[in-house]
Amino acid sequence: MSTAAFSHSAFNRQLKKYYSFYTGGFIAFLLALALAEQMGMSRTWIGYWFLFATIALYAGIGIMSRTAEVAEYYVAGRRVPAFFNGMATGADWMSAASFIGMAGTLFLTGYDGLAWVMGWTGGYCLVALFLAPYLRKFGQFTIPDFLAERYGGNIVRTIGIISAITCSFVYVVAQIYGVGLITSRFTGLEFGVGVFVGLAGILVCSMLGGMKAVTWTQVAQYIILIIAYLTPVVWLGTKHTGIPVPQFAYGYTLQKVGDLEKKITADPKEQEVRKIFADRAAAGRAALAAPDKAYAEGKARVEQNLASLKAANAPAEKVAEAEKAVAAYPGSVSAARAQWTRETGLAARAAPPRPHAEAFVGKDEAARNTARLNFIGIVFCMMFGTAALPHILMRYYTTPSVQQARVSVFWSLFFIFLLYFTAPCLAVLAKYDMYSNLVGSSFASLPVWAAAWAKVDPGLLNITDINRDGIVQWAEVVIGGDLIVLATPEIAGLPYVVSGLVAAGGLAAALSTADGLLLTIANALSHDLYYKMLDPHASTTRRVTISKVLLVVVAIIAAYVTSLKPGDILFLVGAAFSLAASAFFPPLVLGVFWKRANKWGAIVGMVVGLGVCAYYMYTRYPFFGVNMPLWFGLSPVSAGMFGLPIGLLTIIIVSYLTAPPSKEVQELVEHVRYPNLTGDTVVSEAR
Amino acid sequence: MELSSKHHEYWRKNLVITAVLLFIWFVFTFVEAWYARELNAITFFGWPLAFWFSAQGSLAIYVAIIGVYAYLMGKLDREYGVDEGDLE
Repeated sequence: MSTAAFSHSAFNRQLKKYYSFYTGGFIAFLLALALAEQMGMSRTWIGYWFLFATIALYAGIGIMSRTAEVAEYYVAGRRVPAFFNGMATGADWMSAASFIGMAGTLFLTGYDGLAWVMGWTGGYCLVALFLAPYLRKFGQFTIPDFLAERYGGNIVRTIGIISAITCSFVYVVAQIYGVGLITSRFTGLEFGVGVFVGLAGILVCSMLGGMKAVTWTQVAQYIILIIAYLTPVVWLGTKHTGIPVPQFAYGYTLQKVGDLEKKITADPKEQEVRKIFADRAAAGRAALAAPDKAYAEGKARVEQNLASLKAANAPAEKVAEAEKAVAAYPGSVSAARAQWTRETGLAARAAPPRPHAEAFVGKDEAARNTARLNFIGIVFCMMFGTAALPHILMRYYTTPSVQQARVSVFWSLFFIFLLYFTAPCLAVLAKYDMYSNLVGSSFASLPVWAAAWAKVDPGLLNITDINRDGIVQWAEVVIGGDLIVLATPEIAGLPYVVSGLVAAGGLAAALSTADGLLLTIANALSHDLYYKMLDPHASTTRRVTISKVLLVVVAIIAAYVTSLKPGDILFLVGAAFSLAASAFFPPLVLGVFWKRANKWGAIVGMVVGLGVCAYYMYTRYPFFGVNMPLWFGLSPVSAGMFGLPIGLLTIIIVSYLTAPPSKEVQELVEHVRYPNLTGDTVVSEAR
Repeated sequence: MELSSKHHEYWRKNLVITAVLLFIWFVFTFVEAWYARELNAITFFGWPLAFWFSAQGSLAIYVAIIGVYAYLMGKLDREYGVDEGDLE
């Protein structure tokens, strides 16, 4: 024991030394690039440097940690110290959606968006209290392993494999999409090429060294992503709050945002623009009610206008404008119908700015209560989903002991907290900056960042002078959520190298999550399906080789699905959480805390939980076209709110109706409940 | 094997710690969210109170819950002799 203790603490010290050098090296790299930018290096080259230097770094760590040993490949040899496992989990957890999308969602939805922030952090309490220490004591390789051992038989394992692969695959597609988006935006490479460059980095790393390589790469990626996220926020925060930790001071900025919202709501020019939108939406609705008549009238109006201008010898440019209007008039009633439908959508822009700090915005009490229910639904599903996603739970198999697993959840949430409590701050600071600097500026001299982004990407920032007064009104600005994080360095007036850093951070977030997910899928197939069910006598070398081959196959399939650009990715991510919560949470927790839970309870409960959740999503989500009325107005993303309790109840009822589990299983439960049980006969830890 | 009464006591204490911490988690998540409109009437260093909790207060409490759990359970393990020795 004492030599083990010595080697563990020596290993820990060594790791601290390596990663301190690494962090120093990375900062030196940043400073060198900043200097190069001053000396005239082009933006494209800065983008390339970040892309290739970081991917080469991750691949290098992968090559250094290559292994063919089973325990090293699946669980990093079970010697990852709590602190570093926490960092790795942080990177594993925070995806492209957290890094780039989160602050934007908060910018657009204010208080109501905080449901995601709470849901994606509070879930770790459930991981700590219900799962991590017990799974670590159990000490196998995957989550289906635990279900199969605890409940017995291949049916449970199969359901586990299917659920693990479904939710991980849905999630990994969203990550690879993020990789393609970032690389193409910052280097000018094509989307498809970007996907494959990123994929190459993922594969070199996880294929050579499995969990071991992924762990040490994720630690490196966490360091990059947190530096990238905090740097611009600290800069912008110091500008607006006067202290370098704006997270503790932006309360007063939030108050100023509230005052500016009131000013914008009451401003006559703003009201004028909103009225234009309201009128256009009303006209669109009226036209849709009587399309044929409206089409003929509209056509006659533009033609008449042109004729009268020509007759009155109006200036040439006025005539040209009227000619353009005639040419642009829709060629058929159905084309006009599409245009009118778009116009009715402008009703959304006729509304005054949403009060940022107000909870549950709605037109009446009933709407506000539904908003509250949906807030709670998202918090619930994201929390229980967190505590059921296999790629996160798997990480707690890699610590040296049960106590280290507990401490490691603490570090995980601490490192995640650093980013998640910064995102709401960034949203408020960005809003304040735009309300006070963008609104009221003249179209001839927009802030530099706004002019640049509006030109490069109208999907993220679109400013049009609706009432033609030459001044920007807030109602004239349309913002895509991803703009907030991507443009913050420029809003704060930082050099381009920081924009490159933010891109590298987003890439690190997407790659690290993709790494963990691909490994989960490949392990479910190679370990659970192939080794445990098809060929239990396979040699260790064969198992690891099969796993590596499967990893490549899964990655290629995922990249192919991504290249099809499937719609609504945010919905898919939410769906993955709801599905995971419904399928995994009840059997995992009851497996530890209730000895009486048995095989049939688990089987029926998982199928029913998953089924209810999938049914609600299928019949309510507009994409599938069924559109049945919502239960209690709860949106289909939160389907787990029905799936989880029903699944849990089913396990309890069916378990009581069937025979209690065998003595061996009961002893296994006792085994996982005590970190160290003298005289224990169950030996579960796999090497 | 048969568990001793000491083992049962350890598990009971574990359940108590878990339940108390879970209760705190519940209050600062769901009760806080349910009464968000009422809490927002109170201002805390510039923040409306519910906004502050959802954006950072509850998050910090989550971190603390897990820290306290790890500390108490480590102590409990040693008290009842079910700890794993000096594994760093």
